[in-house]
Amino acid sequence: MILVRERGRAMQVCKDMSDVLDVICPMHLMLNETGHVIHAGPTLKKLWQDEDLACARFLEMFEVLRPRGISEMPGLLAAKGQKLHLRKRADPRSAIKGVLMPCDAINGAVVNLSFGISIMDGVRDYALSSTDFAATDLTIEMLYLIEAKSAAMEASRKLNLRLQGAMIAAEEQAFTDTLTGLKNRRAVDHILPRLIERDSGFALMQMDLDFFKAVNDTYGHAAGDEVLQHVARVLVEETRDRDCVARIGGDEFVLIFEGLTRRDQLSDIARRIIQRIEEPVTYKDAQCRISSSIGIALSTTCSPLSEEQLLANADAALYVCKDHGRAQFRFHEPESDVEQTPLPRAHGPDRAVRPH
Amino acid sequence: MHGLINRAIQCFVRDSYGRDRWIEVTQLAELGFTDFEAMLHYDDALTWAVLDATARSLAVPRETVLEDIGTYLVSHPNVEALRRLLRFGGVSFVEFLHSLDELPDRARLAVDDLDLPRMELREYGVNAFSLTCDSGREGFGHVMMGILRTLADDYGALVFLEHQGTNNGHEVIEITLIETAFAEGRSFDLGARAG
Repeated sequence: MILVRERGRAMQVCKDMSDVLDVICPMHLMLNETGHVIHAGPTLKKLWQDEDLACARFLEMFEVLRPRGISEMPGLLAAKGQKLHLRKRADPRSAIKGVLMPCDAINGAVVNLSFGISIMDGVRDYALSSTDFAATDLTIEMLYLIEAKSAAMEASRKLNLRLQGAMIAAEEQAFTDTLTGLKNRRAVDHILPRLIERDSGFALMQMDLDFFKAVNDTYGHAAGDEVLQHVARVLVEETRDRDCVARIGGDEFVLIFEGLTRRDQLSDIARRIIQRIEEPVTYKDAQCRISSSIGIALSTTCSPLSEEQLLANADAALYVCKDHGRAQFRFHEPESDVEQTPLPRAHGPDRAVRPH
Repeated sequence: MHGLINRAIQCFVRDSYGRDRWIEVTQLAELGFTDFEAMLHYDDALTWAVLDATARSLAVPRETVLEDIGTYLVSHPNVEALRRLLRFGGVSFVEFLHSLDELPDRARLAVDDLDLPRMELREYGVNAFSLTCDSGREGFGHVMMGILRTLADDYGALVFLEHQGTNNGHEVIEITLIETAFAEGRSFDLGARAG
């Protein structure tokens, strides 16, 4: 009689507890002393669809990944209060987090479970809705954040793509060589037709670096870039503000001198440029030595006066320099039979790069 | 005004009336460009100019444009993400109404420089509410009218809404809930991905 009454009381306690826990922890399990399920919360039941969980054994439902080595109820009880890393044994083998506390009132234990970081999979796999989570549970807020952040990131990503496209377009339209800060080919193509139109007399120098490839090959592109920047500084310092100094290719430069066609002045400028470019450039522990060749064309001796012809004249003069041993400058002479006295070159780098 | 808001107006005109109409609106508004960027900020005056130009182009009052924008925001497939985000506010229309108090904070969680007007829901009696929006200038309340009307449908509730005008920068909307389960409503799947 007493036993029956006690059993009745125990069942009432169990009912009272499950009523509370169903609302506050809808993913809980109440276990008896042998680790079998007495009661499962409503959300947890959804993980086993229609299966009857009464009398299922907790350790047969879940594999305990951490703490390691738990295979019996006493071991599980010993892990009370600790974070349990579990895996559902049946498919889908969802990762589940849990915490267990022994409970004398039911002569067993209560385990509360959650999806943790894998919540998105959990919600999809088991078609959970807002009502499956406790009112205080932050899961819904977390799902909201995941969606909100994805939407905001998508908007940001699109903006970045558009900005990148705009940047490329702007670079294509720019008149500046980004490495040296000099003007670029586009700028030359923009300036030359205007000067030709104005027909006020000007000179164009086409300059190639000599032995530049050896610097690149020996010391790498960073050294090459350093040399190019040094050359750019020399060119800017040796010319007037109104002159156009452009890098039109890897180691090719074009200089345009508006209103200057005097050979003596242009010769002085070319000579100074070559001299200064021959000064070695220190890069890390290395001394990079290069020189340059310059072909000069005058608008006044260019016939017909066009951008193509002028550049071709300068180029022809530049190739004469190359043929005559580099490290020098030449004017383009309209009559091909005019023999130009080669400029004496007393010195010059016999080797392109001399290690320090 | 945040680019997201301007972008919403642009997408509303484009998706409802076509790209040509949007180009016409930008010309009427003398915008000088054709596309708002969602993640940048713009002068408030531009937003109002675009709204007025839209109203002029469609030959309807500005309030109608604003309410249609609200409807668009929570019903057009192109902006499904926003409807989903709002539906996270509650499992029933009444619960959703109560979540409006925290809507500006929720918006900031998603985009931290997006400032939405403060809103306050008051419950007068059974199924009688009023929503006050501190918008400063009449406009936001009309957008909310469109959003509320459409989301009521979404939840399957039948409501009566009335914009009470603006008082000291506060817009007041009266909400009368006639039936909570009038129709089935649209489904909301927590785990779905917005398209």
